[in-house]
Amino acid sequence: MFKSNKIYIKILLFFFILINSSAGEEIKIPEHDWSFKGITGKFDRSSLQRGYQVYTEVCSSCHSMSLLSYRNLGEKGGPEFSVEQVKAIAANFEVTDGPNNDGEMFTRPGRPSDKFVSPYPNVQAAMAANGGAYPPDMSVLVKARKGGADYIYSVLTGYTEPPTNFELEEGVYYNKYMEGNKIKMSNPLSDDLVSYSDGTKATEAQMAKDVTTFLTWAAEPHLEARHKLGFKVIIFLIILSILVYFSMRRLWSRIDSKE
Amino acid sequence: MNEHTYTPQSKFGKWFNDRLPLLSLASHLTDYPTPKNLNYWWTFGGILTFCLLSQIITGLVLAMHYVAHADMAFSSIEHIMRDVNYGWLIRYIHSNGASMFFLAVYIHIFRSLFYGSYKSPREIIWILGMLIYLLMMATAFMGYVLPWGQMSFWGATVITNLFSAIPLIGDSITTWLWGGYAVDNPTLTRFFSLHYFFPFLILGLVILHIWALHVPGNNNPIGIDVKKPSKDTVPFHPYITIKDLFALLIFLIIFSGFIFFAPNILGHSDNYIEANPLVTPKHIVPEWYLLPFYAILRSVPDKLGGVALLFGSIFILMALPWLDSSKVRSSIFRPLNRIFFWIFIVDVLALGYVGAMPAEGLYLLVARVGTAYYFAHFLIILPVLSRIEKTQPLPLSITDPVLTGK
Repeated sequence: MFKSNKIYIKILLFFFILINSSAGEEIKIPEHDWSFKGITGKFDRSSLQRGYQVYTEVCSSCHSMSLLSYRNLGEKGGPEFSVEQVKAIAANFEVTDGPNNDGEMFTRPGRPSDKFVSPYPNVQAAMAANGGAYPPDMSVLVKARKGGADYIYSVLTGYTEPPTNFELEEGVYYNKYMEGNKIKMSNPLSDDLVSYSDGTKATEAQMAKDVTTFLTWAAEPHLEARHKLGFKVIIFLIILSILVYFSMRRLWSRIDSKE
Repeated sequence: MNEHTYTPQSKFGKWFNDRLPLLSLASHLTDYPTPKNLNYWWTFGGILTFCLLSQIITGLVLAMHYVAHADMAFSSIEHIMRDVNYGWLIRYIHSNGASMFFLAVYIHIFRSLFYGSYKSPREIIWILGMLIYLLMMATAFMGYVLPWGQMSFWGATVITNLFSAIPLIGDSITTWLWGGYAVDNPTLTRFFSLHYFFPFLILGLVILHIWALHVPGNNNPIGIDVKKPSKDTVPFHPYITIKDLFALLIFLIIFSGFIFFAPNILGHSDNYIEANPLVTPKHIVPEWYLLPFYAILRSVPDKLGGVALLFGSIFILMALPWLDSSKVRSSIFRPLNRIFFWIFIVDVLALGYVGAMPAEGLYLLVARVGTAYYFAHFLIILPVLSRIEKTQPLPLSITDPVLTGK
């Protein structure tokens, strides 16, 4: 009976295309082919490790990642550094601990169970050091921006010369993909800024790609487990629903044959 | 309703059943005569029961790990997502579960609208259903506040501010709701408490909803009463239970698609930014299932007027059984109502669409026309339609729909 209603659905679709086409212009974020996209998406392990390097050597001088612990770097589905590597990474950082038995705070080398050390003691200090703009915490940044990984990558690679009559204040930079085309962060990446130990050439695009992959994992550390489990759950549900469908047909055949 | 009274076979069973007739109840539920021509639009009652229980169970676990404090709520959610075993799964089931719950309830409501299930003798079922829907909206709204992200905070600010539009006592009510002079920690803790409590109210109303349903029995696609129960109906179990199960499994496949492969697509990215009272998001939007009402609210330039229309748009639904006086239930036999039903759906979807957009220009115009039409549908179209519409002849019985000579 709903067949006769198909025409209404078509009218409805047309209507939405009509109002949608009147929508205002927005900055289009180009889409990229990420290894973690799609239903079987996985992270590229070495890209994650390189991305962590970019984060520590470049981003972490301003951006905190306070929701992550060093142990996460060794966990399954992440960069999967070895236990020794994680311990060594953590030990590179000075962590404030305490109070000790004398009531004094003290510093000690980091342990895998410690949270990532933040570059600034508080938000106000971060703002004061960055011309009033707070460098956002990067733990869930990919999920906190429309466009996700594509957006982060685009902003990182979107620094160009401003159009001729575009006015920029002191300490503000032009970026193709930032809202309003203004950003308070200067272009953080340049070719060969870091040197990758695996021999990958550290081009600007490569570093942007690696750090975006790393940030995506940081925002969604169980992404691989989620994709894997989802695959199994859906296959199971499909098989079960086929079985239930035929049981149902069989049961109802008793009723239908009575007519 | 029961044609035969149930007597337990065993001696103990009889002794127990005489004191607490649980066995009679179970027997009533399994034997409950159900029209045999129900289509799949009728499976959403079962799906909704599943949704409610799933939300209660996942919510129970989340509450064990969640911290209702303005300074810790956001990071406690991330603790659930990162460190709690399968915490990400439980939270994504719960957050997407809310959306699926509303998807199912909208289908359930529109099914009722199309087939006239709200008509006599089922008015109480309909009103109970509307109360459940109202409580669902309140529960979902408060649940959205709990992660204490930017949309949580500013959504809570916008919605609670609505009450300040009430003349004279508005400001006092808002202060009372907030537990202070702005949305802050006391607001969060009371929302958490109520968010935990309301689902049990919903559960109670669901039991009444089903009880009220079991008095007249189900409506059906043809909308005529059951004439001969032996011919027109089947026992609820196993015929309806297996059909409901099959529909539930299909529903779960779609549900799983969201949970595992697009868990954040229905949410707003701003809610992954911790609440900040000093920074207002550019566009404050509620969750998708509240968007049509948000559009109605914003279509009126006057705050009190907007709030009045917002609540009016929900309460008008409760009067529906009396606004539509047509004796014919199913729209299959109401050619005009069928057309207006679809126009109404387009209207609600359009309101939802403009609700997500900034309230300006063409969007505002669509919102205003849409709001006017929403009320006209109930206050003008349905009452007039039900008087002037020439309905098609009804079949004699559910079993012999061909005898109409259509």
